[in-house]
Amino acid sequence: MSTTEIPERFKGRVAEDDHHYSASGLSHEKLAMWVFLGSECLLFGGLISTYMLYKNKLPAGEIGPNDLFDIPFTSVSSFVLLMSSLTMVLAVSAIARGDVFRNRVWLLTTAMLGAVFIGGQVYEFTTFYNEGAGFTTNLWSSAFFTLTGFHGVHVTIGIIMLMSLFIGSFTGRISQESAEKVEIIGLYWHFVDVVWIVIFTVVYLFPQ
Amino acid sequence: MTTATDHVETHDEHDDHMTDWKYVQIALLLGVLTGIEVFTYFESVLDWGKALVPVLLVLMVTKFYVVAAYFMHLKFDSRFFSRAFAGGLVLAMGVYAIFFAAFGVHFWEIFQD
Repeated sequence: MSTTEIPERFKGRVAEDDHHYSASGLSHEKLAMWVFLGSECLLFGGLISTYMLYKNKLPAGEIGPNDLFDIPFTSVSSFVLLMSSLTMVLAVSAIARGDVFRNRVWLLTTAMLGAVFIGGQVYEFTTFYNEGAGFTTNLWSSAFFTLTGFHGVHVTIGIIMLMSLFIGSFTGRISQESAEKVEIIGLYWHFVDVVWIVIFTVVYLFPQ
Repeated sequence: MTTATDHVETHDEHDDHMTDWKYVQIALLLGVLTGIEVFTYFESVLDWGKALVPVLLVLMVTKFYVVAAYFMHLKFDSRFFSRAFAGGLVLAMGVYAIFFAAFGVHFWEIFQD
């Protein structure tokens, strides 16, 4: 792997601003993000597997998912997160065209949709707690709060990164030449979305 | 053998063909698939019986693929990226298949009521 001057044919397609690209013409940062996302599969795989293992181990009479889940509410939250993936890809598309204004609009929209999702999760957690399902109430609740809580933390980190891009676009740090920065954070955001696609099906929609 | 130049040329095709309107169409498709998923929850409308879990799994995998392929550009980007991601995904599935086996749980048991 070398870090020399960018060949003409790769210009605009690799991390041109930082001059970090491999001999294959691939960006180091983008490859690193993909490897990181691959490792995240192991993290969420562990959490989802643990949930699957414990979801049917509720003692008789204990409060569980059938008493608590509000599927219509969670469906709306899921839809909001799904649509944030659309706004994210539109932000990437806009900056690739050099349209900084639309990039800002879509970045801010994505962050706001993410915030709506987190708000829904906070509401859900609060409701569950008030109904009597705390983090240590039983195996199911521990597994549920750990899994969805970890996902919520990932979304929150994503919102912080999106806002840093949004602010960076005003200070001149985000431009068409550095479009890859937006794309890499977009990859993280889409990953958070695909993880929720799995969680929504496995945790909420599978028969309890 | 695929070269880096091939990857870049493939990316060019993507740039030519993926428009904002196509992204919106893909999002609409994802919305419809989510709607079908939610529809399965209401057993009073239609009792899916034993078909429920396979249907949900197919919908989940389809949505996962569509987001990864089109929104994350894996369909158009270098195969190195697909391999890096798929490597983690396959490793995770293998590790947790062994995890379930170690607990003496068969795959189909974890989906039962």
